[in-house]
Amino acid sequence: MLRFLTRRSLGAAFILLIVAAVTFFLFFAVPGDPARLACGKVCPPETLAQARHNLGLDQPIFVQFVEWFFGIFAGREYEGLGHCPAPCLGYSFVNREPVFSTIVDRLPVTISLTIGSAIIFLIFGVGTGIIAALKQGKPLDKIASISSLIGASVQIYFIGTLAMYFLVFQWQVIERPRYVPITEDPIGWAYGLMLPWVVLAIIFTANYTRMTRSTMVEQLGEDYVRTARAKGMSARTVVLRFALRGTLTPIATIFGIDLAGLIGGAIITETTFSLQGIGRLSIQSVNNSDLPMLMATVLLAAAAIVVLNVIVDALYAVIDPRVRLS
Amino acid sequence: MTAVTLTETGPGRRGDSFLSVQDLHVSFSTEDGTVKAVDGLSFEVEKGTTLGIVGESGSGKSVTNLAILGLHNTEHAEIGGEIWFEDQELVGASRTTLERLRGNQIAMIFQDPLTALSPFHTVGRQIGEVYRKHKGASKREARDRAIEMLDRVGIPNARVRVDDYPHHFSGGMRQRVMIAMALVCDPSLVIADEPTTALDVTVQAQILDLLKDLQDQMGTSIILITHDLGVVAQAAHNVLVMYAGRAVERGTVREVLGAPRHPYTWGLLSSAPRLGSSVDVPLKPVRGTPPSLLNPPSGCRFHPRCDYLKQVGPDLCSTEQPELSPETGHADACYLTLKQKQEIYTELMEGR
Repeated sequence: MLRFLTRRSLGAAFILLIVAAVTFFLFFAVPGDPARLACGKVCPPETLAQARHNLGLDQPIFVQFVEWFFGIFAGREYEGLGHCPAPCLGYSFVNREPVFSTIVDRLPVTISLTIGSAIIFLIFGVGTGIIAALKQGKPLDKIASISSLIGASVQIYFIGTLAMYFLVFQWQVIERPRYVPITEDPIGWAYGLMLPWVVLAIIFTANYTRMTRSTMVEQLGEDYVRTARAKGMSARTVVLRFALRGTLTPIATIFGIDLAGLIGGAIITETTFSLQGIGRLSIQSVNNSDLPMLMATVLLAAAAIVVLNVIVDALYAVIDPRVRLS
Repeated sequence: MTAVTLTETGPGRRGDSFLSVQDLHVSFSTEDGTVKAVDGLSFEVEKGTTLGIVGESGSGKSVTNLAILGLHNTEHAEIGGEIWFEDQELVGASRTTLERLRGNQIAMIFQDPLTALSPFHTVGRQIGEVYRKHKGASKREARDRAIEMLDRVGIPNARVRVDDYPHHFSGGMRQRVMIAMALVCDPSLVIADEPTTALDVTVQAQILDLLKDLQDQMGTSIILITHDLGVVAQAAHNVLVMYAGRAVERGTVREVLGAPRHPYTWGLLSSAPRLGSSVDVPLKPVRGTPPSLLNPPSGCRFHPRCDYLKQVGPDLCSTEQPELSPETGHADACYLTLKQKQEIYTELMEGR
């Protein structure tokens, strides 16, 4: 297990390096001059040259990349801008502060959004899936199938906008979503994010319901489930301890993907509900040609996917001893 | 001769049957109609004996035995008749009654131990949980019991292997685990559904010997479902031959395999190879295919495949359904007279 984790972590680091390099070089392939942006509207040539020098943009791209890379571990000095302590992901010439502190600032919003909705859609999705599988062909199953079909068909900009319009503005049953740190006010935190959680969960639940239902139906027909019944295990034990166990692998797979996607930034969700998370940050950095910030958000999204993949792979081994790694 | 009197308690004695199946009907409703998987089946199992149930695939062997434990799909299956186990009627028994019986007094051994054992739990846990459930044992006791059972079914180094998963075992060892699991609560009846079909022949013999030994030690009754006549000859005391959901012949192993009376049993026997028979005599399979149970043939269900309709007379076989007769002892469901049966069988055997 330890060897597996070490090997996978090294692989993950390598992938992240490649992602960073590709993003970096792609950025310079598109038109736009960050120095001009940093310099301001009225920009005399000498100030522009100064800004370019301060940001290190006058150096070859490769040197810039190497400097950026080592900055992550060692920190960097920016002439005329100040020190950027490690881990230094660069200095945002739009926000005029180190990128890392902005990320640290915004990440809790995205993490809160992710965890809250993930808990809801995991519990509801898997729960409804199990019930649907057990009541196969019955009205309850049909209701679950139809609602998950609807849930899978709607999009966040549709249902999110509807929710905002009716629940918040028209009927005023809930306040405008906002972010309060959980450390300050846990209830306010949950209340402020309730609407985005539920809306996100509606969209994601469907997937889990369908996946759980189909795998569960399959598992219930397996010989070992019949054996469990033949041993006198109660119906509850048979479902929860035996059949569900075999259903967990595909669920872990899609859960890892969804979670990574959400941490990488729920761009539309955050925009719909005006939450200042990573998703909006990445859009803003694209619009502002803010390279260091863009690099950071892309890297974060990539890291989320890579890390969760390693975790999911390790989880497979926990769920199913047949894939246990020696 | 030593003074051992086996006559009173020996296998084969009638009268103290503790599992009695009377006029069992199992039908499944499907989109195409009702499938009568078992249609008026009666048989008995006596204490400490093995009943072999033989028949082709789809003859209703497994369905019958799933019905005993109520393991069929209750949504689609309809069950009629009576199943008496000791003093309990099992058809229509409550779920809790059945759950208390399963694994405790009646245990099952399934065909393919790779798929029948949970891949997610250690064998020790799978064996132990039956013991915990039915005997209220602690985790510790259940584990000790699991080790004891693994040891008893001949798994070397049981103390270590108890923590292994089924995929760590070979096919034969897995079936031993399955048997250990079935016997952990000392059940009085074990239903073995083709326990050796998925195993190679040497392992097959070991498993059958193991079952026999355990039966001798614990006095367990066994229902052995198989399509292998060799297995029946080796391991069973009594035989029930099934065809298309009905019993066509019943008797002791000696009676049924030595002097079979039903044309279907003849067919089964002549389609099996024998040591010592000439190699250039081809095996003779039963002609035709098993009937669809959606729409079974009228009269005797075997008549479309039977070669002896003429001996019986005009339309009897295709109109009237023969019953097993006589009531006790060696019985068969065929309209041929006993004399005809004996003559035909002798003739058949001479040809081999």
